[in-house]
Amino acid sequence: MIKVEGLTKRYARNVAVNNISFEVEKGQIVGFLGPNGAGKTTTMRILTCFMPPSSGKASVAGFDVMEQPMEVKKRIGYLPESPPLYPEMEVDEYLTFVGRLKGIPSSDLARASDHAIAKCALGEVRTKLISKLSKGFRQRVGLAQAIIHNPDVLILDEPTSGLDPKQIIEIRELLKELSGSHTIILSTHILSEIEHSCQKVIIINRGTLAAIDSVENLTARLRGAESVAVEIGPSDGTPLAEAEVQRKLEQVAGVSRVVARAAKDGNCLFEVESLKGRQIRPDLARVVVGSGWNLNELRPVGFSLEDIFLQLTGSETGGASGESK
Amino acid sequence: MNHTLIICRKELKSYFASPIAYLLMAISAVVFGFFFYSATAIFVVRGMESQMMGRGGPMDVNEWVIRPLLTNASVIGLFLIPMISMRLFAHEKSTGTMELLLTSPVRDIEIILGKWLGALLMYACILMISAVNFIWIFAYGKPDWKPMLVGYLGLLLQGGCMLAIGAFISTTTKNQIIAGGATFSTLLLLWVLDWVSAYETSSMGKVISYISVVTHFEPFSKGVIDTKDAVFFLSMTFFGLFLTARSMESLRWRA
Repeated sequence: MIKVEGLTKRYARNVAVNNISFEVEKGQIVGFLGPNGAGKTTTMRILTCFMPPSSGKASVAGFDVMEQPMEVKKRIGYLPESPPLYPEMEVDEYLTFVGRLKGIPSSDLARASDHAIAKCALGEVRTKLISKLSKGFRQRVGLAQAIIHNPDVLILDEPTSGLDPKQIIEIRELLKELSGSHTIILSTHILSEIEHSCQKVIIINRGTLAAIDSVENLTARLRGAESVAVEIGPSDGTPLAEAEVQRKLEQVAGVSRVVARAAKDGNCLFEVESLKGRQIRPDLARVVVGSGWNLNELRPVGFSLEDIFLQLTGSETGGASGESK
Repeated sequence: MNHTLIICRKELKSYFASPIAYLLMAISAVVFGFFFYSATAIFVVRGMESQMMGRGGPMDVNEWVIRPLLTNASVIGLFLIPMISMRLFAHEKSTGTMELLLTSPVRDIEIILGKWLGALLMYACILMISAVNFIWIFAYGKPDWKPMLVGYLGLLLQGGCMLAIGAFISTTTKNQIIAGGATFSTLLLLWVLDWVSAYETSSMGKVISYISVVTHFEPFSKGVIDTKDAVFFLSMTFFGLFLTARSMESLRWRA
């Protein structure tokens, strides 16, 4: 449905997107993940024909974004980062305007607008001025605008920003409902969002593709290495020297990283990561007990998408967030 | 074409949904109303004077009242047009709705024409307010309506050309105030360029004063449709819209 080959966007001084290639099949929900300034919005803007790429190719539903932008635009619903609303219009009026703009025939206009309003739960505000709406409602009007012409492809730039948890769940349900007949690309900072609603993740960092895979595969790929939470207590009541314990744990064969977590009641809590394919739990237990400490807990922790994300987009941010806990 | 009308309608609606339309119409009503009152008062005084001097004979109301008033109306246009055109693109750029327009299946030229047409209709509404005054002349005198109609045609042509220039300037910035200020100074300069003809007789001087939008309006105010002046306004409009289109295209590359 969407095909991107060697896409590059250069500005005067920097490269926003550098040689990105990926494909999205029909009916998939794809998460677009990356830190701020990674090039997510730029890529989306190229796909929606808002701006042309410097080089490379992108096509939507078989139409090239450079050669046949009109055909592409007809098939795309786009929600930019800040919803493109006219504050002086009423919700109904706005959706009718957008519907006309997107080429919905007048006979279908009322039905299409009712449909979008129902999908995005806007019934109670349809005759209100957009300038009077709360941020959550505005976001939903923006979403209604994107789906009104029933496009093949939906491109959503942070669709859940500014929404409360209940609304986020509603949007998530809506996206799932839409995914069968629509292909959806959504960008977000919220990683759980991707774990919940996406089948595939595209991670980009500093304009380059860091990873592209299904959520399950990505987690499995990193699960070869395991992460273990260890809680160690003193056997004789005297508090442990955390640094000393950490040093010992780091010396265990197969350990790649030891991160100290919160210590409480004289107990130390660590998160220990293994090298790929190494079983470290038996050795860890032996070392702890051998040193005369109490092993209160030894629990494997699965890698979350967050860990994968941090690992792929640079460990300096990962270290910082680890220490801040 | 259809898209042009959709955007034109939206544009016109948004003028009337905000205080801008009413403010501009009110300004026009008050200022033009004063001009009208003064022009007719002067006409009446002159008429009485010439009767007392024994120089009878009817005075031409078209010559004495309508013509100077039409010229005055074009001056009001000079002030009001930047206020109409400044928001055309600057506003859409600052609120992010430009992204909606540019990612909808609409051609750039349809967006530009729609917006320009909407602004022109807004200007036409303002001119209509001024025309209300002339009802009094028709009620109490016998003016010739044809030259007046030509005068209004001239005002619309001149307005269209100034709005096209304003539209171009509006695409270059996100800030409406900057767009308005720059448009006003540009139009003012175009207005006074014919001063050059007073001290410069070379062909360069002629070219410069030719660009002035004032000299081309004069025949219209007299009730004369001169093709070369109509062509001037139309080609200036075309040029302004052409620059707008180029500027919008560069927006895409720079965005």
